[in-house]
Amino acid sequence: MWRDAVLVAGKDLRIEARSRVATNQVLPFAFLVLILFAFALDTDQRALTRAAAGLYWVAVLFSTLLAIQRSAAIESADGARDQLRLSGLDPAGVFLGKVAAVAVQLVALEVLLGAGVVVLYNASIRGVGLVVLTCAAATVGLAAAGTMYGALAAGLKVRETLLPLLLLPVAAPVLLAATKAWQAALDGVPADGAPWLRLLATFAVIYLTLGVLLFGSLLEES
Amino acid sequence: MASGVAIHLRSAVALLGSFPALAGADLDVATGEVVLLRGANGAGKTTLLRVCAGLVGVVSGEVEVLGQDLVRDRRAVRRRVGLLGHASGLYDDLSVSDNVRFAVRAAGGDAAGIPSALARLGLDGRLARTPVTRLSTGQQRRTALAILAARSPELWLLDEPHAGLDAEGRDLLDGLVREAAARGATVVLASHELDRATALAHRSIAVAGGVVLPPTGTGAVDSGDGHAGVTQPGAPPVASAPAPGEAAHVA
Repeated sequence: MWRDAVLVAGKDLRIEARSRVATNQVLPFAFLVLILFAFALDTDQRALTRAAAGLYWVAVLFSTLLAIQRSAAIESADGARDQLRLSGLDPAGVFLGKVAAVAVQLVALEVLLGAGVVVLYNASIRGVGLVVLTCAAATVGLAAAGTMYGALAAGLKVRETLLPLLLLPVAAPVLLAATKAWQAALDGVPADGAPWLRLLATFAVIYLTLGVLLFGSLLEES
Repeated sequence: MASGVAIHLRSAVALLGSFPALAGADLDVATGEVVLLRGANGAGKTTLLRVCAGLVGVVSGEVEVLGQDLVRDRRAVRRRVGLLGHASGLYDDLSVSDNVRFAVRAAGGDAAGIPSALARLGLDGRLARTPVTRLSTGQQRRTALAILAARSPELWLLDEPHAGLDAEGRDLLDGLVREAAARGATVVLASHELDRATALAHRSIAVAGGVVLPPTGTGAVDSGDGHAGVTQPGAPPVASAPAPGEAAHVA
């Protein structure tokens, strides 16, 4: 399983390095969202700073949708999914590999967006440890849930519009918990973020487990 | 199922949505045989190949491929099967060599055979580093063939394998099929290119309406419209598969 996961993650990241969809499309989109929020709330800089955590995670969530759609589209093109199934790779390994590839892209995105929030929203991050742990747990959860729902929607003709409808409600707890944890870090009271961090970790573990168990069926049925 | 039988289908029914693409197909293919499936568009040839690959399940009937019961577990046989379908199955943004390397490693194959497979298909040098999206259809087809050659599966399932290839590519494909059969691999191909495909095959089977038609015994090859089942003169019967090495001399 782990060998297959490394193989699939390497393949997806190599495709991303060649196609540069994340750097040329997902990242600019994420910054655009941040800037549009700034335009919308610019008259009240304090409101912008206060809402920085929530706006950051909304931007991450929207960008996750694009990254997941791209990850699913890689396997949908030109019979690639059939060849992936024929290869005999462990479906759990395929799932973990795709989650890892999406997570790597999201982490890079979050680092750059974090810098954007500091600059644009005048936010100051006090609890760096909590921020890092929150990003790690939220990223794994979003990548795992997104990869599952991406596979679920992949076989459908309306997958591009269906994926947000499936994923956004499911990701709502991540948005809430990550925002609360980040807010605690921005406010300099990391202890307040601990319960939210536990929720994020639980979400990630649940979706990683579900994906490992169910991804094979999703790959077959989609 | 008798030993030496690579494919055994009895009353196999497979649905595409609610449409019975296979409507009770019976088929036996011996290990080492090269079998041509003929039939009109929509006859069920592609579905038959996909059932044998374990990509499409059956709702009733028996399906055993390479000794594995695919009704019980469709995935059991996949790593031993190579399917060349209508789509290339390649990743557009990866280079030719990256595609072949990933496919071979994913299937647990030996990467040592990759350079020779690429060279054999004329994909070495600069082409090996070229992204698939920049290749012509024929070159993409060659890349998919290079994967098959490098993987060297026990069962080759080829759906219109000559389509999109130039004359040299078609000769290469025919050579690969003959060599695979000579090594003891089983080959089932669906083709409308009857001249070439018939020359490769030990016998020819007609498919129509989702069923395999019984042989007419005329010994003649029809026009590919799926109205006749034909056995090549001198071809081995299903029950007595050609020994590895013999198959190459049949075509």
